[in-house]
Amino acid sequence: MRYYEKMSIFRHELRQGRSALAIWTFSIAVLMGICVFLFPEMKGEMDAVGDLFSSMGGFTAAFGMDRLNIGTLTGFYSVECGSILGLGGALFAALLGVSSLSKEERGKTAEFLLTHPVTRKRILTEKLAAVLAQIAVMNLILLVSSLAFIKLVGEKIPWKEILLIHGACFLLGLELAGICFGISAFLRRSGTGIGMGLAVMLYFLNLIANMTEHAGFLKYITPFGYCEGADILEKGGLDAGLVTIGMLLAAAGVVVAYCKYGSKEIR
Amino acid sequence: MDAIKTEGLTKYYGKVRGIEGIDLTVGQGDFFGFIGPNGAGKSTTIRTLLGLIRPSGGRAQIFGLDIARDRKRILERVGYLPSEAAFYPGMRVREVLELSAGLRRQDCRKTAGELCQRLQLDTTRKVEELSLGNRKKTAIVCALQHEPELLILDEPTSGLDPLMQKEFFEILRERNRKGTTIFLSSHVLSEIQHNCTRAAMIREGRILASGSLEELSRRGVKRIRLRGSVNTEALSGVQDLRFSAEGAEFLYAGEMKELLGALAAGEVQDLSITEPDLEEVFLHYYEIL
Repeated sequence: MRYYEKMSIFRHELRQGRSALAIWTFSIAVLMGICVFLFPEMKGEMDAVGDLFSSMGGFTAAFGMDRLNIGTLTGFYSVECGSILGLGGALFAALLGVSSLSKEERGKTAEFLLTHPVTRKRILTEKLAAVLAQIAVMNLILLVSSLAFIKLVGEKIPWKEILLIHGACFLLGLELAGICFGISAFLRRSGTGIGMGLAVMLYFLNLIANMTEHAGFLKYITPFGYCEGADILEKGGLDAGLVTIGMLLAAAGVVVAYCKYGSKEIR
Repeated sequence: MDAIKTEGLTKYYGKVRGIEGIDLTVGQGDFFGFIGPNGAGKSTTIRTLLGLIRPSGGRAQIFGLDIARDRKRILERVGYLPSEAAFYPGMRVREVLELSAGLRRQDCRKTAGELCQRLQLDTTRKVEELSLGNRKKTAIVCALQHEPELLILDEPTSGLDPLMQKEFFEILRERNRKGTTIFLSSHVLSEIQHNCTRAAMIREGRILASGSLEELSRRGVKRIRLRGSVNTEALSGVQDLRFSAEGAEFLYAGEMKELLGALAAGEVQDLSITEPDLEEVFLHYYEIL
């Protein structure tokens, strides 16, 4: 057996990030579980609650509840669980992306890493792969746990809707991670504030876009646009245009990271 | 082929001078000292050589390879000990050493084990629990475990107790005898004096002098000690002048004829003219130039 491991930076990143991944995944899963377990109790009261939720004007529109029946599992899941999954996954992906490169300079470990015979391209590639792998693992665990929760409360699994909502949230994570990875290449200190701020801002931009038609263009900016449960359930699929824009932005972030970090001075 | 060769190597941080016009030649197998006060440009020179920062001008080669184009190939042959070692939190010493070896794709277990034993380094400890000295030892093993051809050491003994310093330099001398080139950056002159065969002095980003330790000590500077009295005011090139009840002593870098004239005109009962040690030479350069 070889003593050293292949993809040592990738493995190292996964080892360094495993606690954060476990905590974030567990927390989001617990919150989603609580929501799913509340559904059977709420279902019986949905006639009254549904009327209440659909008559709160802008607030109702912001969360897409004017177009959804939250008395159904898919409607309820897309609003309640979709929000937790979308925002929680976005925050995790943003933090992962924005700290990926900057943490080396913040922790003064860049000197350790870059004085070994590894190309900066290899560092970027293995770090990016580790970011994507962690987002994929989180989303996979959350999908499986959600399916288990739905099964446990005795509901029939709406496969297509659930897969679309989770798929959209996975893409949202990829987009934010890609953009934040690009930002990370410029930072010398912690990027936590930038990552969290960006994720929360984009989340609110989508709420604003839902509230007024005049702000509908914001859907092209925020990745939460293609994660909107009401749109996904109405169309029975994701908005390919919005997803394409999002993935192009993610790719741009990655390209920027390669260009910047390749020649960055490590002081 | 030289281990390190720089020609006019220059680095500016914006308008701030880092190093300017550094010409340095370190032969293969040299135990080379790089001396200078804090902020002189020692670390900037090293970081430029290692490709962490890009030079603003000039060029540099390590083993004939260009530092900008052949960074990876150079680093395969180099071990680097930073002045302040930082490691990833949560890792044990053993994991840090394995990561370092893994990044080099080398099996370094045997050498790492020997070095840890000699330096009395407990590899089961977590890096955040380590004292400054043990962090340094971890960094030393990382730098040496792959048996590099060139060792670049930046202030290597800070944090090490005297016994460990002794053991560390013993390891370095053994490596040097086997052919390893050692580039030792330090502001501790005794380290350079006791271990190096050649040295360069740097101050304010420029090389002041470079050569063998003997050559550096001989560069025109003499330590004059005399009993009696002499008029030093007429002499140019007097440094570190100290008077005592019996006489005076000073460093002299001026014309020998003038010195002899002044001594003859004075009342000198006893006189010694000696080669200054490296520390005196360094202070001479530091103060005069």
